[in-house]
Amino acid sequence: MRNNTKKLIILAIIAVICILLYAFYDIKGGFDYAFPRRMMRVGAMVVTGFAIAYSTVVFQTITRNRILTPSIMGIDSMYEVVQTLIFFFAGSLSVWVVNQYLNFTASIIAMVVFALLLYRILFRADKYPIYLMLLIGMVLGTLLGSLVTFLQVLIDPIEFLSLQNRLFASFTNIKVELLYISFGILLIAFIYGYRIMSQLDVMSLGRENAINLGINYDRVVMNILVLSSVLIATSTALVGPITFFGLIVANLSYQFLVTYKHSIHILGAGLISVIALVGGQFVVEHIFEMKTTLSVIINFIGGIYFIYLLLKESRAAG
Amino acid sequence: MIEIKELTKRFGNKPVVNNVSVNIQPRAITSFIGPNGAGKSTLLSMVSRLLDADTGEVLLDESNVKKWKSDQFAKRVSILKQSNYLNVRLTVRELISFGRYPYSKGRLTDEDEQFVDQAIDYMNLGDMQDKFLDELSGGQKQRAFIAMVIAQDTDYILLDEPLNNLDMKHSVQIMKILRKLVDELGKTVVIVLHDINFASVYSDYIVALKNGSVVKSGPTNDIINPEALREIYDMNIPVQEQNGCRICVYFNSH
Repeated sequence: MRNNTKKLIILAIIAVICILLYAFYDIKGGFDYAFPRRMMRVGAMVVTGFAIAYSTVVFQTITRNRILTPSIMGIDSMYEVVQTLIFFFAGSLSVWVVNQYLNFTASIIAMVVFALLLYRILFRADKYPIYLMLLIGMVLGTLLGSLVTFLQVLIDPIEFLSLQNRLFASFTNIKVELLYISFGILLIAFIYGYRIMSQLDVMSLGRENAINLGINYDRVVMNILVLSSVLIATSTALVGPITFFGLIVANLSYQFLVTYKHSIHILGAGLISVIALVGGQFVVEHIFEMKTTLSVIINFIGGIYFIYLLLKESRAAG
Repeated sequence: MIEIKELTKRFGNKPVVNNVSVNIQPRAITSFIGPNGAGKSTLLSMVSRLLDADTGEVLLDESNVKKWKSDQFAKRVSILKQSNYLNVRLTVRELISFGRYPYSKGRLTDEDEQFVDQAIDYMNLGDMQDKFLDELSGGQKQRAFIAMVIAQDTDYILLDEPLNNLDMKHSVQIMKILRKLVDELGKTVVIVLHDINFASVYSDYIVALKNGSVVKSGPTNDIINPEALREIYDMNIPVQEQNGCRICVYFNSH
């Protein structure tokens, strides 16, 4: 226990160092110009980092599977669908693209409605096993993905380039008001999420043991699915799809911090996210000099780590 | 008092539990016995609200178990199923502490710690309480889970084949502990058993199921005799008396 506290403090210190480094390193020209912009990016990275860490850790608990992310439910695909439809029907100069609030709101609403429809109307956790829900979410995600590809083939090539920009995660050019809204959503989600933290600990014992210990299992599962969809939708609408990232930080936290307590893992995974995002963005800006994007690096490192996890799991199973 | 009234559960069209009505006697061990696929575990799952019944109802203190608030119910009835796969790393003591969740909601008080210590003593887990569960043998793990249920301190303890994976010594040890829970602490234990002789030696009442229906139920001595056993198992099973225990010698029967 004390050991974990120490580790969390170390993570927090590293995160702060990354943030300071990113904020002050090589700050040329107008400090007044560059500093607020950098802090804005840091803010966005902290918000998305925690949103993704939280939703991935809780999602993995209710599915009892450590190589899944909430993106399996097709929520990010829904984001791609919304953006593609906007570009296809309205074009890159339309109000739906230029007005970021409108775009942000439309994306969040579409993603959350999609998730709610999936959970609330089509399925009931007490009737079907959760894996059936995942499977159908996956199939729908693939279906939406194909639809997106189809529309993208038809779209004007120049339009497509600016659409593609939207579909990669990016921490540059974030509107400050959108950041505040996202932060608000995150805060509400965390206040609710904090109350169910100890229930989550019990749920990692499995459905039957959790019910035995007085957890209203099916209802908590439903609430968590909705909560993590809202968080994923917020972070995706803010910076673009990077949920794959959640898999890395959640598993790093499981390896680094030995405990069953969700409060510690969520904090740990959140701090690791901040370190990876802010540190990664620093590397992208100052070492690669913006010749690559953070999501490329994340997907590259994440992919290698994912293969490592698969190998490890298959060895443990065999 | 737990009353099971006309309970039916179908999987597809096949009734797994068919119109079962049984009363569980308080302060006693009741064993559910019967051949494979008789519906013993399904019945136990419905009593403990892990599974919804299609028709019929289970009453705890005269009110339907579905109407109980889940955290209140968890202070009265506990259930332990057969398979307990975990994908988190827990120590034995951490697992047992979860048994106090219905009372403490995750923040253990001194009283909770006392119950945990008692459960550890009861199950003889003192020297391995700080070991991780994945370092233990199947039998030790099983004892840790039973200790969790004991720490939960419910009037009713339901166990689904708790002797699975256990050797003779530990099986006897666990049955003796269950006996002690009933005799000393006044608990009510309902247990699904495969080994008829454990049922015969340790239980007060037996409910025998076959194809989803109750074929026989009553005090142990009414069930453990060749006539009743033939009806339940379709086997001729001689019963011998040994030190006051009725032992079924089924190994070479036909």
